Amino acid sequence: MNRPVDHTLQDPPKLPFEPLIQKNAVITEARWVRVSLTAAALIFLLGFLLMPLIAVFVEALRNGIGAYFEAIVEDDAMAAIRLTLTVSLIAVPLNLVFGVIAAWAITKHSFRFKQLLITLIDLPFSVSPVVSGLIYVLIFGAQGWAGPWMSEHEFKVLFAVPGIVLATTFVTFPFIARELIPLMQAQGTDDEQAALSLGANGWQVFWRVTLPNIRWGLLYGVLLCNARAMGEFGAVSVVSGHIRGLTNTMPLHVEILYNEYNFSAAFAVASLLAMLALLTLGLKSLLEWRHGNELAATRRH
Amino acid sequence: MDIQIRNIHKGFGSFPALAGVDLDIASGELIALLGPSGSGKTTLLRTIAGLEFPDTGQILFGGEDTVALPVQQRRVGFVFQHYALFRHMTILENVAFGLRVRPRHERPSDKDIKRKAAELLDLVQLGGLEARYPTQLSGGQRQRVALARALAIEPRVLLLDEPFGALDAKVRKDLRRWLRELHDKTGYTTIFVTHDQEEALELADRVVVMSRGRIEQVGSTDEVYENPATPFVFDFLGNTNILPGEVRDHHIYVNGGPQPIADTAGHEPGPIDIYVRPIDLRIADAGVPSFDVDVLSTQRTGPVVRCEARAVTSGAVIEIELPHLHHDVPALKAGARVPLRLSNFSVFARGKPISRQALPDVVANAPAEYRERARAG
Repeated sequence: MNRPVDHTLQDPPKLPFEPLIQKNAVITEARWVRVSLTAAALIFLLGFLLMPLIAVFVEALRNGIGAYFEAIVEDDAMAAIRLTLTVSLIAVPLNLVFGVIAAWAITKHSFRFKQLLITLIDLPFSVSPVVSGLIYVLIFGAQGWAGPWMSEHEFKVLFAVPGIVLATTFVTFPFIARELIPLMQAQGTDDEQAALSLGANGWQVFWRVTLPNIRWGLLYGVLLCNARAMGEFGAVSVVSGHIRGLTNTMPLHVEILYNEYNFSAAFAVASLLAMLALLTLGLKSLLEWRHGNELAATRRH
Repeated sequence: MDIQIRNIHKGFGSFPALAGVDLDIASGELIALLGPSGSGKTTLLRTIAGLEFPDTGQILFGGEDTVALPVQQRRVGFVFQHYALFRHMTILENVAFGLRVRPRHERPSDKDIKRKAAELLDLVQLGGLEARYPTQLSGGQRQRVALARALAIEPRVLLLDEPFGALDAKVRKDLRRWLRELHDKTGYTTIFVTHDQEEALELADRVVVMSRGRIEQVGSTDEVYENPATPFVFDFLGNTNILPGEVRDHHIYVNGGPQPIADTAGHEPGPIDIYVRPIDLRIADAGVPSFDVDVLSTQRTGPVVRCEARAVTSGAVIEIELPHLHHDVPALKAGARVPLRLSNFSVFARGKPISRQALPDVVANAPAEYRERARAG
């Protein structure tokens, strides 16, 4: 059959990349305006972000590399590192599971009080971390609601690891849910409906369609959640009790060392947290670079 | 598989999306659901698929009532307007999805699944692109993948929601012809939703015209076009002039026309509206029943000459369309008074005029939330 060119079989044309600024002279500014604005932004960045970061490492290495490692491998410091890792290893997976469930419920279903749930998810962002810690003191403290029952059963929450985990989980809860909700809202439910119409059951839809669609957003959320979980100070400080070697997390350990005028040790431990921040930033940029389109719906950090 | 739809009602809140729909579809038919946004056509399609549940009514697939069956068990091939391809899978895996999610004892072997998926991709003329991802395809190609994916489960009925809505005009035309060929080759009972009357009339065996949750008329292209059952159907299927007229002594008169233009076919005496398309108006020869109009303006638009005129007695402004080489064209000069005859028309008892809101206001590329709103009212 002699049929005309089938346009549906053609590949979409590749458009050349054209930087907006060269094409559109209307939106460019005079050279001196551009230079001075860029310079102002850079100086601000240097002064407020880069300088303190460098200062941390300079202070940490002031007494030499030997003293730096000594401060890190010291017993109490190692205990603090172990505790911080343990806490985030519990808090982050908890928030991973509940964050996905919350985002899934909010975006793929409609029910009453949905708006209330969204507001509640944001609660930890809006209250001061100290208040978040105090909530647990009020519940589990000696004079709290559950305090007497707890001490009867010899189960310690406050001034022990469970309290720190609870406070950290509370403070970091919004990170994953907040990352996923706009992404899943933008994706809609067409994919899920398509999978259902092809015979998949709910479980298969979740594992084969929903989860792969959000995987990069989820990883991004986990990174941010983890960074905050390891760095949380306020809420943890209230519930921890600052028992050296037992309930001191890394940020608390830094504070104690600093208060004891042990500056180089304090900065040595702090430098570990700073390196965690740099690593998170690096991974985050990598994700944005590789999977920017999929994350675009949530790009606001 | 033949399908019977019996008295389906479905409301979203207080808005009746479907207000009593009955429809019989024969096995192997290609049916178009045509209507403006908010007419309930997409809701009806989703109800047949099991993506919406009716408040009352029955949907029978080959005699078996499926209303209680969830979408997974209905075995319907549903093609979404925006394709809903799984973006993290190659197109081969997209097509294979429906086979891979089957329970283990019904699932073909991995080799058979791949072979079947590759065959289907050949059928939709995408052989060789198996390893691509959906984002690497053009819109028309994605549409074909979505179709192959729906065919993989050997559906009892194929349902397409505005299948060409998101494509440009040229691709749309090619795909339309291609879909017709595919339907003739495979013989699946197919129902598709469209707001484009040309698409529906060209592609479908029968057209179901819907408005406000009800079926206005079901029929072949000729039937709905030549004998529209309601003013809505007439108006929705093309440009319309409405001339006031009258039924008197078993004859139909255009207001101001001295002779009757036709005998009645059972219309009550009284005022009527005569519906006539711009292309069905011609200059009358002497002695033929006619009515006079004053030509207001004439405009050539490509191959068609479009002329605006005012009826002398009733003052109704009407539109006339002629091929630009037609011998009537020279007479239609602005300011001229010419007699017109109706070569084809419909008569409806004078009711309320059709409100303009009921007419098509759908944008071809309407975003999903717009359609949601249209569905919800």
